[in-house]
Amino acid sequence: MKEGESPIAVRGLTKSFPGVRAVDGLTFSVERGEIFGLVGPDGAGKTTTMRMLAGVLTPEAGEVRVAGCDLVKDPEGAKQRVSYMPQRFGLYEELTVDENIRFYARLFQVKGKACEERAARLLAGAGMSEFRGRLAGKLSGGMKQKLGLVCALIHTPEVILLDEPTNGVDPVSRREFWAILYSLLGEGVSILTTTSYLDEAERCHRIALLHEGRLLFCDTPAALKANFAGQVLSIVTGDPRPVASLLEGRPGVGSVMVVGDGLHVVVDDPARVAQLKNELAAAGVTASIEAVAPTVEDLFVEAVRRGKG
Amino acid sequence: MNFDRFLAMAIKEIIQIKRDARSIAIVIAMPVIMMLAFGYGVSFDTKHIPLYLLDQEKSQQSQDFLKHFQASEYFNVVKTVDSYREVVEAIDRGDCQMAVVVPFDFSLKLAAGQPVGIQAIVNGTDSNSANLGMSYGEAVVSSYAQGLQVAWLQRRGQIRVAPPLSLDARTWYNENLESMATIVPGVVAMVMAVVGTFLTSLTIAREWERGTMEQLVSTPVTRMEIMLGKLAPYLVIGLFDTCLCAALGVWWFGVPFRSQLWIFLLSTVLFILVVLSMGYFLSVVGKNQMAASQLALVATFLPAFLLSGFIYPIDQMPAAVQVVTHLVPARYFMFILRNVFLKGTPLSLMWQDVAGLALFAVVLTILATRAFKKRID
Repeated sequence: MKEGESPIAVRGLTKSFPGVRAVDGLTFSVERGEIFGLVGPDGAGKTTTMRMLAGVLTPEAGEVRVAGCDLVKDPEGAKQRVSYMPQRFGLYEELTVDENIRFYARLFQVKGKACEERAARLLAGAGMSEFRGRLAGKLSGGMKQKLGLVCALIHTPEVILLDEPTNGVDPVSRREFWAILYSLLGEGVSILTTTSYLDEAERCHRIALLHEGRLLFCDTPAALKANFAGQVLSIVTGDPRPVASLLEGRPGVGSVMVVGDGLHVVVDDPARVAQLKNELAAAGVTASIEAVAPTVEDLFVEAVRRGKG
Repeated sequence: MNFDRFLAMAIKEIIQIKRDARSIAIVIAMPVIMMLAFGYGVSFDTKHIPLYLLDQEKSQQSQDFLKHFQASEYFNVVKTVDSYREVVEAIDRGDCQMAVVVPFDFSLKLAAGQPVGIQAIVNGTDSNSANLGMSYGEAVVSSYAQGLQVAWLQRRGQIRVAPPLSLDARTWYNENLESMATIVPGVVAMVMAVVGTFLTSLTIAREWERGTMEQLVSTPVTRMEIMLGKLAPYLVIGLFDTCLCAALGVWWFGVPFRSQLWIFLLSTVLFILVVLSMGYFLSVVGKNQMAASQLALVATFLPAFLLSGFIYPIDQMPAAVQVVTHLVPARYFMFILRNVFLKGTPLSLMWQDVAGLALFAVVLTILATRAFKKRID
């Protein structure tokens, strides 16, 4: 890798599957010592992007440079210096924790004392030292993900690609997981992760919002929040759909989204609560309204709406 | 090719086999069960044909005649009945395959020097055993007739009575002409064709199904290392299974083993490489365990059963089919094994077949390695 080159540099990356353009002209880069989050709903193209960066999916168009290697020309070239943790648990359930670690260590030719020391340190960091003899299939969801991370880190990679690493993981394990990620930054690695949790997105140095394969927004979480000027209101009511059409297009109302048995409505000012209550009452609808913190979906829907507007 | 990565794959595979009860069953139980099933099931010797006897005369002489049927190991006299109706019913019901009827004037006609017809009724639905039954029956009758003739001639003063011609047959390699000796080497080849392909047919498909493949292909491991790492443990297992089958053949079915062990081992290793690569290839193509294992059965069992010379001799097949048999690896192994067990043929006399296997082994391992792509698209 040349001096000053970004460990991950993507330009115009495109990939189509029959009937759908999963990734459409994506451009971004990730620097050393940075945690970069790809954020977006299911189907936004996060996993497809990850797979192309990991060298397991062939890009259709665009440039991908990972750890100084051009993956379009040489998809195998970066694999020794990259680690990839797919969304689906990729470890062998009939192997123990130790056996899985040793398997990945051998694949990356990490041997002897160096391997032992690194494994011990990573396991201790993951709080898993006493589970070394347990079958991977018998671990809890959070522990499986932590083991996946330990295996992915055994060869001290320069670039770490994590696809929804904390999906379905309990909050405590999620915190530990992020603690491990932060501790790695000292080694000068670059971490690219996907997430659909907003609180996790906020822990990234920078995030990119992905929608239908395109990049909507790419900046720090603080800038994203600043960009999101409105207030999200959660409206709980018996039948949300007619209420949604009632509210759409009202003054001060941005996007309206049905969430479960209620609505998420973006308004320009928290003071709109009283106005909306009156309007609903006038239409004979009983509903409770409260201001909530924006979820990742709210950010999206609003970003998509503005993008169209 | 990096040895550490190869070792990583091989060790992982061994642990997986060890911890999976199903693969242990395939490794040990499948060859043993198939050996026993085919060893006992595919016997071409027909002995103990179920037979009914109807003696319409019930004289001392007719009883004496029928004793010859009772004494023959080719027949199993199920019942002696009194009426023709019972014979017809028994054949209809399938209680017997054949019935012998002695006429009411048996001893009278014999005493008068008149020819006597012994009736045999045979169930022709299975033409093979019907034919055998008739010729066995004929043999019993003619030996009894000969006995009568000799007694008659001796009574008339002829001292030396011997047939003028006789065939002095000497059978090589399978002295007692037991079909078991021909079948068992064939069964070993067939069992290994099926088991070997089956063993590896699951390995790649399993990685796809469990989601472990995506992470595996993101590592620096090459497809050659994946292939060899997965094949090595199964090669050892396949060798063990073949020896197990051969041991069953020798010590359980009593088939001789006349060759040098190394010829047997060499051709076994080659054949196992062939079938393992085939299973690996099918696993790559099939992408799910169900499809791969079914493909494996169809691709190995039928050709190995029909086109290898196991059931039908290859030189009796139509010329076009004979050409096709050259594409069935089991054909070469079958031939080699029959020689190894029965003849003890030196390698120099069957090197073409060993070379054929080696060629298949090389081509199929390359094909299987190439078929696998380190990509998920």
